[in-house]
This record gives sequence, structure tokens and C-alpha cells, in this order.
Amino acid sequence: MEAEQKNPKATNVETKPKLNPDNKDFKLQAKNVNVYYGDFQAINDISLDVVDNSITAFIGPSGCGKSTFLRLFNRMNDYIDGFRMEGDILLNKKSVYDESVKVEELRKKVGMVFQKPNPFPKSVYENVAYGLRIQGIKDEDLIEKRVVKSLKQATLFDEVESLEKQALSLSGGQQQRLCIARALAVQPSVLLMDEPTSALDPISTAKIEELIRELKKKYTIVIVTHNMQQAGRISDNTAFLYMGKLIEYGDTQKIFTNPEKDRTQNYITGRFG
Amino acid sequence: MAQLDTEIGLLNDDILELMYLVKTQLEKGHKAFIDFDEDLAIDITINEKRVDALELKIDRDCENILALFNPVAVDLRFVIASFKINSDLERLGDHADSIAKYIMDFGEPIDEEIIKEMRIDEMFETAIQMMSHIFSAFISEDTQLARKVFAKDKILNEINRGISNVTARLINENGKQVEEYLYLFSIIRKLERVGDLLKNVAEEIIFYIEAKVLKHKKDKSENSSKEGDS
Repeated sequence: MEAEQKNPKATNVETKPKLNPDNKDFKLQAKNVNVYYGDFQAINDISLDVVDNSITAFIGPSGCGKSTFLRLFNRMNDYIDGFRMEGDILLNKKSVYDESVKVEELRKKVGMVFQKPNPFPKSVYENVAYGLRIQGIKDEDLIEKRVVKSLKQATLFDEVESLEKQALSLSGGQQQRLCIARALAVQPSVLLMDEPTSALDPISTAKIEELIRELKKKYTIVIVTHNMQQAGRISDNTAFLYMGKLIEYGDTQKIFTNPEKDRTQNYITGRFG
Repeated sequence: MAQLDTEIGLLNDDILELMYLVKTQLEKGHKAFIDFDEDLAIDITINEKRVDALELKIDRDCENILALFNPVAVDLRFVIASFKINSDLERLGDHADSIAKYIMDFGEPIDEEIIKEMRIDEMFETAIQMMSHIFSAFISEDTQLARKVFAKDKILNEINRGISNVTARLINENGKQVEEYLYLFSIIRKLERVGDLLKNVAEEIIFYIEAKVLKHKKDKSENSSKEGDS
């Protein structure tokens, strides 16, 4: 192929983090993970590395185990009846399932945003400050700084006329960005997102997607999505799961233009699932 | 069957129809030239309107599929390839139409000896063989057959490269038939372009089936590098 010419207008083109086997800069790692709910095996021997400061998308049909797998990274499955895990999950090369790990500390580092915006029935300010208060931070100046910074990062600060406004009076898209701000306030390094835009309209979705791309500069993001176009638009790497197994994992561009596995092709082209 | 499958199937049918139409136009051009059949030449110019209309329809269909169905992977490659093949086929139709117009303008049969010396019959036959390979390769998704086009195109290029010298020599030898030689020279140039366009179509068929980009590559063999490689 001819030497690639740079488009002079393409100043915002980012270099996508690749899953190069030589790249040891992995933020999260799953090692031969099996998950059971009682007798049912939800995850079947998945090993997967997530590159630091990247966006990784998990795709697959309903019930394939992608949300279960996502929730392993901050131990959200721990209290589900019958949950049992084999293998290991590493954050910064350290096991998150080690007995010495405190779950509350882990969740400060690995934040989560859910499908449906779930703000508390409090003010915008108190929603974002909540995580800091339960950490025992009493310094109001520090709390205010973090609240403002988080709201600005989540591109919500300029949209709310008062931080005392009730969170539940915000639009769906604003509520979801508030939840992202709430997650950012405790200064995590990883953000897990479980279908964060599935309940939002296209404009709000576009705003969240833009925000996710922006957040990638400072955070490692793992997102579960049913929206194939969304995975293509925002992620650097994509993992396709089917019936609890990892079928294919790699560069998003490759997965969506020329996947290796027929099963991946059949799923992304809408021929099964 | 998913709606996208139906749309892709319809697009496939339209591309095949256009391919068949263009193939027929080239075959008619060859026959009209050899037999000096002006009626057949007129028939080509009339059918050119069908080529143009079908091209517009395929353009619109590709645009609709991209906008409404967001195809990915093999479906996306098929739509992109169809879009480019469509444009190449339309230009092939234009060349067949131009050749028909040369035949009509010239107004009298051309000396068989000159045709032989300028190797025009060989060019027509080679181009039509290429077109047949393309047609079959597209139907059967046979990239081996599509690759045969590349070797054939070299024959057309070789004839084209030598034609300036041949034409100059013929003009020197017989200055009375300058106009005839120049008409033939122009037809040869058109047939060389036909070869280039058919080569493009072959590359698009291979792109769609194998996800390999052969454009601008000298080595177009099966083992040539995959998309994105240098």
C-alpha cells in the first residue's frame, strides 16, 4: 500500500490503542475466568486484556454473559445468590478478588454507570458529593472543587442553572451525565458502563458518546452495548461474546469490516442473535 | 430473511443486469465493427440510455442501504464494491457507445488487413473475454477467475503501447488512409481503457469476497497482502 497520507483537516484523529501482544500496558486482565450462578455456567473460560486509556466494547446477544463479565471488574456480582467465580481478574496486575482487597476501595478505582440513570432524589450538588461524603471527606472546599470538576468533565456544569436543582428534574440524558459525574467524583481510573445510552434519545446519546471519547484520555473505559453502531463509533477494541464464551476480541475497525470468525460476522450483520 | 438480505439481493441482481447489459454492448460493438453494421451501432447508442438509467438506480440503492441499514463487514464491502463497480460499468458503457459512434462517423467498412495489423480484433476479443470472466466471477464469487483478468489486461496494454509506432508507420506507408488509421487508433485507446476498468471491477470483486485491497499493488496474486498491510 502507498505510504499513508495525512489528511490536513484530520487534526483530531487519535491513535487507537491496539491489542499488541507486546503491549504490557494492560489496565484490566481476565485470566481463564469461569462464572457460575448455581449450576448454570454464565462465563466459560474467558481471558482478555484491556489496554490502559482505551475504550473496550463488549457486544453479544442478550444473555451471552457480557454484563456478568463487566460486573466482575468491580465485584458487582459478589452478592448474587449462587455466584461463583474461577480464574482471576486483575486491576493494575493485582487481583481484585484477593482477600486483602476491600470492595469499597476497589469501587473507588473502578466506577460504574448503569443502563438507566439512577440519580438520588437530592440536588445535583449532593448527588456528585455523595461518594465523597461516604468516603468520610469533610473538607467542603475540596468537595465543592471535586463536584465542579466532575460536572465539568461530564459536560453538565454549563447546562444546569443551579447546583441546588433537583437531580430528578433533569432530562434523561442530563441525569445519565450526572451519574457519570458522580462516578468521576471519587476519582476512579476505570469506568464500567452497562448500556449507558440505551434509554436515551439520539441527541443525548451523541453527547454521552462524545463524553466517553473525551474521558478516554484519563480513564480506561469498558462498555457493554447492544448498539452495534455505537460500539463501532466509540470503541478501540471490541469483544464479541456468545453463550458465555469469548468468540472474538480485537481492533474494532477489524471486527466491523473483516471479522475473523463467521459467528462474529453473522452477529454483527444481524444474521443471528 | 432479514430486510438487509433482501436489499443486498436486489442490489446484486441490478449489478448483474448492468454487467450483462454492458457485456452485450461490448459484444455488439465488436460485431458492429467487424461487420460494419451501422444498425447495430445505432442499437448500442440507444441502449446506452438503459446503462445510464440503471447506473442511477444502483447509486440510489447503495445510498439507501448505507443510510438505512448501516451494513458492516461483508455486507458493507459488498455495497462499497457495488458502488464502485457500478461507476466502472457505466464508464465501460460509455466506451462501447463511443466505439459505436466512431463506426457510425466513419461511414464505410475498414480494410481487414489494417484491422489485423493494428490487432484490433485481438483487443476486442481479449476485452470481451475479460468481461466474461468478470461476469462469471461475480456470479460464482470466484476470485481465481477474477484474477485471470489481470493477465489479460497486460495483452491490451502491450498492444496499446506499440500502437503509436504502428500507426506512424502505416501513415508513412500510405498517407491516403490517415483518417482511417486515426479512427482505429482512437478505438484502440478506448479498448485499452476498457481493460483498465475491467481490472478495477476485478479488484472490487476480490475486495468484497476476500477483504483484500489490490488497488495500486503490482502483485495481485492470491498471497498479496491483506487490507491495511503495506
